[in-house]
Amino acid sequence: MKPFIKQGLLGAATLISLGLALPANAASLILYSAQHPQTVKLLVKDFEQASGISVKVREGEGPELVAQLMAEGKASPADVYFASNSPELMALEGKQMLTHLPATTLAAIPAKYNSPSGNWVGVTARENVLVVNNKLAAGLSMPASLLDLAAPQWKGKLAIAPSDGDFLPLVSAVRALKGDAAAQKWLKGLRDNAQMFDDNEGVAAAVNRGSVAVGIINNYYWARLQVELGAKGMHSQLYHFGNGDVGALLNVSGAGVLKTAHNADAAQKFVSYLTSARAQQVLAKSNITFEYPLLPGIAPAPVLKPFSQLAPPPLDMQKLGDDSQAAPMLRKAGLL
Amino acid sequence: MAFYSLKTGRARYRQGWLFAAALAVCLVLASPLLVIVWQAAQSDPADFIDTLWRPLVASLALNTALIVASTTLLCGVLGLVSAWFSERTRLPWQGLWPLLSVAPMAVPTFISSYAWVSLSDDLQGFPAALLVLVSAYSPLVFLPVSAALRGLDPALEETARTLGLGPWRCFFRLILPQLRPALLGGMLLVALSTLSEFGAFVLLRFRTFTTEIFAEYRAGFDSHGAAQLSIALLLAAALLIGLEWRVRRQASSYERRARGTRRAPPRLELGAGKWLVVAGFLLLSCVTLLLPLSTLGYWLTQHGDAAVSPVEVSAQLLFDASFSSIELGLEGAALTVLLALPLGYLLARRPGRVAAFMERVAFLVQGVPGIVIALGLVTVSIRVIPGLYQSQFLLLLAYAILFLPLAMVSVRSALLQAESRLEELARSLGLKGWQTWLRVLLPMAAPGLGAAASLVFLSIVTELTATLLLSPIGTETLATQIWADTSAMAFAAAAPYALILTVLSMVSTWLLMLLLGGNAINRLAADGTTVAGETAHV
Repeated sequence: MKPFIKQGLLGAATLISLGLALPANAASLILYSAQHPQTVKLLVKDFEQASGISVKVREGEGPELVAQLMAEGKASPADVYFASNSPELMALEGKQMLTHLPATTLAAIPAKYNSPSGNWVGVTARENVLVVNNKLAAGLSMPASLLDLAAPQWKGKLAIAPSDGDFLPLVSAVRALKGDAAAQKWLKGLRDNAQMFDDNEGVAAAVNRGSVAVGIINNYYWARLQVELGAKGMHSQLYHFGNGDVGALLNVSGAGVLKTAHNADAAQKFVSYLTSARAQQVLAKSNITFEYPLLPGIAPAPVLKPFSQLAPPPLDMQKLGDDSQAAPMLRKAGLL
Repeated sequence: MAFYSLKTGRARYRQGWLFAAALAVCLVLASPLLVIVWQAAQSDPADFIDTLWRPLVASLALNTALIVASTTLLCGVLGLVSAWFSERTRLPWQGLWPLLSVAPMAVPTFISSYAWVSLSDDLQGFPAALLVLVSAYSPLVFLPVSAALRGLDPALEETARTLGLGPWRCFFRLILPQLRPALLGGMLLVALSTLSEFGAFVLLRFRTFTTEIFAEYRAGFDSHGAAQLSIALLLAAALLIGLEWRVRRQASSYERRARGTRRAPPRLELGAGKWLVVAGFLLLSCVTLLLPLSTLGYWLTQHGDAAVSPVEVSAQLLFDASFSSIELGLEGAALTVLLALPLGYLLARRPGRVAAFMERVAFLVQGVPGIVIALGLVTVSIRVIPGLYQSQFLLLLAYAILFLPLAMVSVRSALLQAESRLEELARSLGLKGWQTWLRVLLPMAAPGLGAAASLVFLSIVTELTATLLLSPIGTETLATQIWADTSAMAFAAAAPYALILTVLSMVSTWLLMLLLGGNAINRLAADGTTVAGETAHV
């Protein structure tokens, strides 16, 4: 044989054997998750114990995983998608990629936190807040509205993470409540004022250590930082926008079953588990998650502001939408 | 060469196979880039213009140009100066300084950035990015330049001195021109590596095209924007390749000069000044080695809470991640070297226009970040070969595409060293083609192939973006675990993973040096860009 034929054959044989070495377990469940790894790990472990079904998780940012699911189409290995924010689920629903959930699963959670057409269910909620450094913000009067942060007096004092998946719903919310022009103007103001971080963890830590006065984050980042650093390490507090301002946006993290699921039974079981009292208790008591469990009657972690005292803006899931316009607006404003 | 001038039909047939194999490898290499170009071409022109003319792109272009230019220049100066002092002056503990100058490249950039950024939040943005990159990449200049210095003929210098040239003028008029190919080759590799750097820039909050492609991919709900931005980066890489092309052609006049007897070049006596140089080397090592490593040591002793650690630390998880990294590294290195053989052979035995073109294709890939290659491969595998999607093989293929240029350079020089006369002699004595490969070529080229493999291994275990995108479900490597933790600022949880990865890359760097040692270093001096090529992406 000629050297390259032989080499080619050898190479091909090696490649094939490498490819075949992949484990393919049909009985297990494949979960695409944009929820925080810490939280998902807890839930998956508990679910595996309770059900005997093993779960494999692919993690990523919400929009990234949604893009991946859309690109994969029918070839997707995923059974369940666990979103970090509802617009991701709305995007999948819009593409007819989610299957209808049974009434028993949907009924567990108040209807306003679920898909309007019953294709996904809410699991937890997170509140948008402002993290405020005690020293640096001492002389500042807090903004009545999220939109005020675009004003010149906040120049250099604000931290944001525009490419974090959690920032997109905020843009969509401002857009839905105030219109495109106002949203664009707000984003341009943020670009002039803000220090950019890669993610909300970075924003929370930077404000806490005193690099910047205030930062836009979801509530749980601050609570987690407090667990890590202890009360002594905290040099910051949370400011809640009230009165139904868009800044007090309540984001819903939920889950849905894909139409192309290979293991639809197990997938439905997992989603139903997420809304069960057992899972919601795990979430509430974990000292890791710090989001609001959406099952009525489960009390959130004591460090959180009571759920009934939150004053989110009047937005339903439909109106908040699928975030498809958020990234283009961020680009136009020079934030992305 | 004389044997080849008598081309038989058989030899032509063999040559045909060679070109076919090299062409196939080139097609595999170029496939993700073609897909990206195709994808970008599919999009609406208005949308395309929107993406590339939006406000952020101007600042990205400025940032990218600024960091590439300044890192390249600083690495050039630092590499040249430290190579000259360690090769040409008499210093105490002479053997130590080359070692300390090369060692920083074994600390992955996203680990040293993590060390710096966790030390103080002032260490962010451009100055910090410059600090981290110059530390990591100046060995890319140091290595080829010091090899070239060692290979220079001392007779020329002595003649120049006896004719009355002072030491400074001798350096600028005689030594520097001879070092040019090595110096510029190394600097171009620094430039390409900087262009495709990702992890360090994200951690240090410095935005370039590469970081923004990833951000676009994360937040965009589709990969069109990422593909469009990649085009800008491709153009930048092509520009640098063109520059390198010109430099090489100019440099070729210095290559392979007939030399007199080989002997050690003279070392300059510095008197008390030598302590100043020693202090300089020590200070440099503090910044490039001691500080990052001791920060890592500090975080090892700290407790990280589960609430802020996306990846916690346990013996099982540490073992799994190390195992995955090593497994992917070994398999990827094997595949890469295998694919590099036809191209390397072609370059060594049949240099010419076709070979040079194929070499450029490989180099173009080198200036493109892993994320672009990975995005292209995702599309290819979903649309064309669905069975490959999310398979380990696809990830290995991505590694092979990313790091084949490195392997190719090393394979080529290894095969150059294995003289073609011996190959032909073996054939004329009745050995078949494959027997010649097995019994003559491969044994002779083994150290060079080993060097190529250890270099690819090193690059794979520290690779980040392609691994993040393409790893099969459930496969976590040391690099992805460190990334998950450091990007959530869980520095303590990341430390044990970072430690293992640093040790792993130090061992493979050591192996690389060992395999390149002795004669190889002297040989490489003849083609300065070679060593540099072998150490890019480290």
